This record gives sequence, C-alpha cells and structure tokens, in this order.
Amino acid sequence: MEPTAGRIVIVGAGHAGGTAAALLRQHGWTGPITLVGEEPIAPYQRPPLSKAWLKGEADAASLALRPDTFYAEADIDMRLSERAVAIERGEDGGTVVLESGGRLPFDRLILALGSRARRVALPGLELANVLELRTAADADKLKAVLRPGKRLAVIGGGYIGLEAAASATALGCSATVIELQPRLLARVAHEILSDFILDYHQARGVEFRLGSGVAALEGEEGRVSAVRLSDGSLIDCDAALVGVGAVPNQELAEAAGLTCDNGIVVDLCARTSDPAIYAIGDCTRRPLPHYEQMWRLESVPNALEQAKQATADLCGTKPPSPEVPWFWSDQFDLKLQIAGLPLGATQVVVRGHPPTARFAIFHLDASARVLAVEAINAPPEFMAGRQLIASRKPVALDRLVDSTISMKEVAV
Amino acid sequence: MAKITYIEFAGAEHAIEVKPGLTVMEGAVKNNVPGIDADCGGACACATCHVYVDAAWADKVGKPSAMEESMLDFAEAVEPNSRLSCQIKVTDALDGLIVRMPENQH
Repeated sequence: MEPTAGRIVIVGAGHAGGTAAALLRQHGWTGPITLVGEEPIAPYQRPPLSKAWLKGEADAASLALRPDTFYAEADIDMRLSERAVAIERGEDGGTVVLESGGRLPFDRLILALGSRARRVALPGLELANVLELRTAADADKLKAVLRPGKRLAVIGGGYIGLEAAASATALGCSATVIELQPRLLARVAHEILSDFILDYHQARGVEFRLGSGVAALEGEEGRVSAVRLSDGSLIDCDAALVGVGAVPNQELAEAAGLTCDNGIVVDLCARTSDPAIYAIGDCTRRPLPHYEQMWRLESVPNALEQAKQATADLCGTKPPSPEVPWFWSDQFDLKLQIAGLPLGATQVVVRGHPPTARFAIFHLDASARVLAVEAINAPPEFMAGRQLIASRKPVALDRLVDSTISMKEVAV
Repeated sequence: MAKITYIEFAGAEHAIEVKPGLTVMEGAVKNNVPGIDADCGGACACATCHVYVDAAWADKVGKPSAMEESMLDFAEAVEPNSRLSCQIKVTDALDGLIVRMPENQH
C-alpha cells in the first residue's frame, strides 16, 4: 500500500468515526474512504441529546458534526443504515461484510463501534415509553413525551439520567430519579459532589429514591404507567428512561479474533492487535499515559483524541500529545467539568464552598500530586487541575484550598 | 452570509461564507477547517477553539465573558486578542472577519 493512498473503511459513523474521516482528508489521505453507519443520519454530536437538544435549544443542523454536503465534497463514501456483520482479516488488510450482502475490501480499517446502553432484565421493558438515551432516534422519542405536566421516571442516577431529569424539569415535567446505590453518580464521582447534586436537583423539584431497586415496569394498554420498586412502592409515570451505564460494542472485533478485554484493546496510536486495524472511541480499552493503566473512557474528548491518534499514525503526521481525560456535564445552570481519574488517590481536598455552587474537589496521591478534579462552575480550577495532573508536580495543600490565592499561582 | 478568513498557524488561509447565527467555531468545524478542535462542541468547557482576533476587528467582536476569560487564562499561548471561537456569534457586522489559529489547541 502506498502511504496515504490505500483503501480505508471506517465502521461506525458516530463522533469518533465521523471525525476520523474528516481528519484523514485534512491530513492529506488521497485513497478511498468509506464510512459505514447503522443510523440513518450523518455523524452528529450526542452530548446535546440530553441537554440543549432535549430542551429545544438546538436543531438537527447544529447537532450535525459536518453539513450533509461535506461528505460528498470530501469524497467520503458514506453508507448509512448499513450494519457490518463480519470482518474477514487478510495478510495486510481484509474485507468488511455488510448485513445487506455488500463487501468492502480495505487496506486499513478503523473500528469506531461505540457503546450501547446497558440492558437490565426487568419485567415490562417492552412497554411503550420505556426509553433509553443513546441516539437521536431515542432522543426524539423522549422529547415527544416530555410535554409540560408529564411525569418522567429515570432509572439510574448517572450523568445521562441526571441531565435528562434536569432537562425534563426545565420543560415543565416532573422527574423522579431511582438509584440502586445510596448516592448519585456512585461509580464516577466523589460523595461531596453526589450530595451537592442531590441537593441542587431537589431544590429545583426533582424527586429521588436512593438505595431503591426496581422490581418491574407496570403498564396500562401497552404503555408504561409506573415503576414498581423492590419495596413494592409505585412511581407513577408517563415515560421511564433507563440509564444504567454502557457496554462497549466489541463483538465484531472479538469475532474477528482481535484482542478484547472489556473494550477492544488498543495502543496509543489506536492500533489493535492487527496492525491493519485501528479502533477508536467508546468501544476501546486504551492506555492512560498519566496513570500507567488500561482504561475504557466514554467521552467525546476521548473519541476525538483517538481519532487524532489513528489518523496521525495512518498519514504519518505528528502524533497528538497525550491528553488528560476529561468530561463535562450541564445540569440546570451548573457547569460540571471533570478531569483525570482518582486512581490511587489517598486524599481529597475541597476548594470553595459547595453551598455557593462554585467549588472544586481535588483528588491527590500521597505525594500531593493532583490525580483528578471535579469542578462545579469553576473553570479555573478545572483548567489548572488538568495542567497539574499532566505535570505531576506536587502542590501545597494549604495554598490549593485557599480561594484567595488564584489557581494560576497555585499551579506554578 | 459573512465571510470569515481562518488562517492556520502555518499560514494556510481559508475564506469561508458563514451563516449569521452560527459561531465562528461552527463556521470552521462544519467546513473542515483544520486548527480548531472544539472538543466540547461549543459548551465553553474546554478551550480547544482558541483563536486570535485580527486587531482591526477587536472592537466589533467584543470582549469575552467572565466564564470565557477564566477558561482562556489557562489556554496555551494566550494573547490580549485571544478568544474562544465558540463564544463569538457570527453577524452581518462581522463580514470580513479575520482570525488566526494558535499552534496547538489544549
């Protein structure tokens, strides 16, 4: 294969796959690029689906990653509503087999398969208005239900569920969040943040059932009418949103014999165990340079970083410098920005006061190096935190907690 | 439409017709102009759409909000004319605007 002239197939037309296709052209790839997606629409941004889009503050055009005309102009062969069912691997390349019977030979393959909502075994899941929130189609269904006065039950107190509850409340609906754990965001946030988010949502009318299992979804005339909790109590609702985590779509890679371990295993160039095949985004398990661990990240920044890694490796351009993982969430008027992971953290300090709705939680190791920061309406703490995580320099704790000393001064 | 000229760090120029109402960031990303990453899609959460506004346009573009300023404070290679392009709404008054890109977006 001539450099930058081979046939590239990208399976998965989400944020990662769509970005990779565009970056290949930016970096001068001249060979054919085919982008295969299961959804009927061109690559779009998923984060607004639970936020601005749900509240009607963003339209379809603003969700789109690129205008529809871009793909033809960039000579990217986009195959929408197509599902890849197999990868046949050769010596140096292979063929992607489509459900429709089509075959797409490739010199290099990028798997951007994404993740899907975790399914739980619950009686009544088949009822109408039992929803999940992953795709634009899912968001359409949810939006159609959220008329003023309607009642939304959210199963799962994670980010998606909380964002949806906040958006539903803003639309004049009532929302009840049901969480199995005794606190919100139990797997992903410190309990100081969990408690703050709980208070903030409650003050704005969201109701909570923490430490509550769900026994079943009850229906009337084929439509969900209530969520029955393990203790027998009923939460009446017009729709139930299930948001209990995501699982990586790795089956296609697994069946082709690529190394998988709760995600398709890749290196820092996004290469899988087959040198002709790359994998990017939610479907991967990747090295985290700042933590010396393999991890699965479900975020847009990760999808973009890996799209850059893969396309730089393919085109022979400068690889991107390693990024500190980060993530954001908007709920009501709160801006949450989270950087790093508290892997190996031994101490936690808070800068600012939670009651003011402007504070940051820093997670540090025993040598006072910042490993993660959860910032609430606190961009300087987030930005400086990201830099401190990358630099691995110890900080003076007494200065870090002193809000009268600017983060710029703390970070030097 | 407003014509906006995006100049890459290495000097390549992209003159793009952008619809009023979009942001300067969206004008670049949707037309595949390299050099503006916009990781967060315009939520003012990441500072990866950093641009330098041409001096002649500084007044028309206006000043950053407090939120944007505190994000910019920690971006790389910040200058007095630095802005986050996701926070600049395109209007007819910005027809002819010139923005330059930094070497890196972090």
